[in-house]
Amino acid sequence: MEKKELTCIGCPIGCTVTVTMRGGSITGITGNTCPRGRRYAEKEVTSPTRVVTSTVCVKGGDRALVSVKTAQDIPKDTIFACMRAINGIVAEAPVQIGDVLLENVAGTGTAVVATGAVRRRRD
Amino acid sequence: MYDVCIIGAGVTGCAIARELSRYRASVCVVERCEDVCCGTSKANSAIVHAGYDAANGSLMARLNVKGNAMMGALAQELDFPFLRNGSLVTCLREADIPGLEALLDRGRKNGVTGLRILSREEAHAVEPNLSDAVAAALYAPSGGIVCPFLLTIALAENAAVNGVTFRFDTNVKEIRRENGQYILETGQGQIKSRLVVNAAGVYADVFHNMVSEDKIHITPRRGEYCLLDRSAGGHVRHTIFTLPTERGKGVLVTPTVHGNLLTGPTATDITDREGTDTTRAGLDEVMEKAAQAVRDIPFRETITSFSGLRAHEDGHDFIIGEPADAPGFFDAAGIESPGLTAAPAIGVMVADLLRDRLRLQKNDSFRARRKGILRPADLCVEDRNELIRKHPAYGTIVCRCESVTEGEIIDAIRRPVGARSLDGVKRRTRAGMGRCQSDFCSPRVMEILARELGIPMEAVTKCGGASRVVGKRMEKGGQEGTAS
Amino acid sequence: MKAYDYDIVVIGGGPAGLAAAVAARDAGAGDILILERDREPGGILNQCIHNGFGLHTFREELTGPEYAARFIAMVRERHITCLTETMVTDIDRDKTVTAVNRTQGVFRIRACAVVLAMGCRERARGALHIPGYRPAGIFSAGTAQRLVNMEGYLPGREVVILGSGDIGLIMARRMTLEGAKVKVVAELLPYSGGLKRNIVQCLDDFGIPLKLSHTVVAIRGRERVEGVTLAQVDAAGKPVPGTEEDYACDTLLLSVGLIPENELTRGMGVEMDAVTAGPAVNESLETNLPGVFACGNVLHVHDLVDYVSEEAACAGRNAAIFAEKRRIGEIADSGPQGVASGCEPETVLVPGPGVRYTVPQRIRTERMGERLTVRFRAGAVYRDAYIGVYCNEERVIHRRKPVIAPGEMETIILEKRLLTAYSNLQQITITIEEA
Repeated sequence: MEKKELTCIGCPIGCTVTVTMRGGSITGITGNTCPRGRRYAEKEVTSPTRVVTSTVCVKGGDRALVSVKTAQDIPKDTIFACMRAINGIVAEAPVQIGDVLLENVAGTGTAVVATGAVRRRRD
Repeated sequence: MYDVCIIGAGVTGCAIARELSRYRASVCVVERCEDVCCGTSKANSAIVHAGYDAANGSLMARLNVKGNAMMGALAQELDFPFLRNGSLVTCLREADIPGLEALLDRGRKNGVTGLRILSREEAHAVEPNLSDAVAAALYAPSGGIVCPFLLTIALAENAAVNGVTFRFDTNVKEIRRENGQYILETGQGQIKSRLVVNAAGVYADVFHNMVSEDKIHITPRRGEYCLLDRSAGGHVRHTIFTLPTERGKGVLVTPTVHGNLLTGPTATDITDREGTDTTRAGLDEVMEKAAQAVRDIPFRETITSFSGLRAHEDGHDFIIGEPADAPGFFDAAGIESPGLTAAPAIGVMVADLLRDRLRLQKNDSFRARRKGILRPADLCVEDRNELIRKHPAYGTIVCRCESVTEGEIIDAIRRPVGARSLDGVKRRTRAGMGRCQSDFCSPRVMEILARELGIPMEAVTKCGGASRVVGKRMEKGGQEGTAS
Repeated sequence: MKAYDYDIVVIGGGPAGLAAAVAARDAGAGDILILERDREPGGILNQCIHNGFGLHTFREELTGPEYAARFIAMVRERHITCLTETMVTDIDRDKTVTAVNRTQGVFRIRACAVVLAMGCRERARGALHIPGYRPAGIFSAGTAQRLVNMEGYLPGREVVILGSGDIGLIMARRMTLEGAKVKVVAELLPYSGGLKRNIVQCLDDFGIPLKLSHTVVAIRGRERVEGVTLAQVDAAGKPVPGTEEDYACDTLLLSVGLIPENELTRGMGVEMDAVTAGPAVNESLETNLPGVFACGNVLHVHDLVDYVSEEAACAGRNAAIFAEKRRIGEIADSGPQGVASGCEPETVLVPGPGVRYTVPQRIRTERMGERLTVRFRAGAVYRDAYIGVYCNEERVIHRRKPVIAPGEMETIILEKRLLTAYSNLQQITITIEEA
């Protein structure tokens, strides 16, 4: 039997959740105060995921960068592959919040979307 | 070839340059840093001393009293902040009052006027935050405070307008005399000059000893300070000293001309001429000693601490003039406290020596007056709005702690001997000098510097040299920069 | 002529100011003006590109710019004017606001009510007395965040972070993702001031060590940072000799605390709370000057923007009520000296053992709504402790909490019927009691 202690990140409370496992399968989860904590713990021990946020270069905009995120959380071990892909993107102004700037980032099946807006530069 | 080459763009070098610009001569100031006022001149007590400290008959005493007397008119002429707030030398025991009397006597012999001893009651009445221990005080009404940056910058700007050349980022490595002229080997090539002035602060002995067998020796004496927020500036009105006794030398507590409260310095002899780091022990000592003469100093309001080096010469007097074995080489060495006060007088004295040597003629186009950077905050609302209509940059406040506008920063960069670094802008405008210590405004000031100087952001420095603030633009979109 | 130009002037267009303006309009306020010093409204949210905002307010997880955009849209829908690139330089006690910008120059606005929403700034190095040189390469975490996320410049490549506040933790991850090496995060206290999930997602995920009870004792490098020395500290916060460790780095980020930006507030002569460094307020989030309200980080430093929005909405609503009462003459012009609201009985909220402060600091029970949210912070980390609330001497609430930490703001709801049951309620004490 194996015990893993996690800090739940589902909300600011940060419950300490203990997962007991046997042979790769979960036999018990304790310490969570809500169902989200249970789901988080299950996922974190089997296939941890993260939302990646960064910035993307914008051409012809009133700002040179726009903030972005992965539309869903992606496998934790693809974070750096995802960052490399994000740093290769060039967006064209104007950019609206929610614009898809890259589909299927790093083979995750998840899109990179803008979280900020950039107007076209007037010159 | 120059007629005169001045090594060092501190307050001494700039004062000499400015006085020399009254005459027709080709003059160059060489400075190893990116700006004027980067050594001893930028990190000191900012005090205009009355002149009771220096030994009777010393050059220090004479130039201190003369410099003090000149400061008011010079501040008018060159538009820099100076305030004669008066100073108090406090003693903490009745038994030390004879020490105050000795100081009074020495001061009178030096020609200091208005000195008198205040009783315990009188002292506490004029300065309510003196500690209970203060038993009496020597009052010197001619003591004052000045902005050492703006004094130095004003002298430099005025010298430049009157024809003096400034060469920055130029480190003098070697000086030799050939065929009656001096050759200075620098990191930026050779400079030839008929005469050389050595105003190199803590390096003055190095240059002196390159040309003279009559060696001098300067010890960098480190002084650490704590600078408090303007909210604490009213804690004392006068500059408060403590009488040195057999139990040690105190530190001063003074308002600054910009309304902050300054305490320090410690005095530690070191060997490193660049040793301007602060130490925990030093800062603790400042706080402890400052509390001896002044009570309830709100050290929680400290916004920065810093240390400066005094150029202490073994003989403890200014060394001004030509060594017997180095004709044409003029020292202004050992300029430690009260060097800032004495600077205007040193400028006149050295310029006179150079004038007589080269038989210089008057510069008829010399302009004595200089206007400082226009501060919209000093204008009435109507004038300020007129200014903003003409120059909208005066309507954008970049440094919120000190209310400095974009217009002032642009002025600081564009004027003669202009700012080229964040610290250069800070010393000229106070942007970044306030309680947030440039946290908020530094990215904005960097943008303005990059734009005005036509350089990329990554070339902007804090204080020249390798003090770059950010790296290359991040690689986004793959088209900018290369892999590092 | 009207006695004032705007019903409500909101100082600051960050999350607090935007939420206050929206709530004030929804509560019926007429002319509302937001004054913002930056180029865009949104405040610090615009540079907080990470996610984790909005779970309480919008029931979904947003990034900072997305959260700001929602409130900016609400402000626009309500036709509330927001003047950007406009710096407020002074507020009089009679609520005349002086501001300056490029197009209007210096101008004055008379406000019926003022909402203070100026936010906070980061504590600088000077206040910490960190000895050493003063080279380039020392940044507050917030400035580094602005440089990376807004300007696109990495401040350095090898980084040590002092202080485990949330911005420092967020920047540890952000700089790692952009290719910097974050060597260590040092925290003076024996616990982190940051949120748990930030420690997990920003440090643990990337194997960045967190050294508790450590501080920087030396900074090396004369022009640019070349390294720092960390040392362990004792219970009094003094470095322990012999525990020094050198780290080579070109950058030191400081995330050592936030200070409410109350220079304007002090200038007005508003009564301040020495612990929060913000104004002392009543149940309506009104300062001792009638019609002057405060919310968000200028009132006390928050961890979560959702709570800022909630608090700001409360201030906005009360400002609207004040303006309406003033309009119909129920509140007289208080005059230039802004006399305190009168002799209404006030109950003082007292931070008891374990509690550092409360907001609000006083309550007029007849003015409060049915339920009043009181926010407070603990002075230390407690496990399995109770939050106790005492009316005069009597305990009326006793609530168990598995963890209470200074880094996470606590709230307690006071019900009006509970308080009005006391005929002479002098003080309410909030305590943390160990089991």
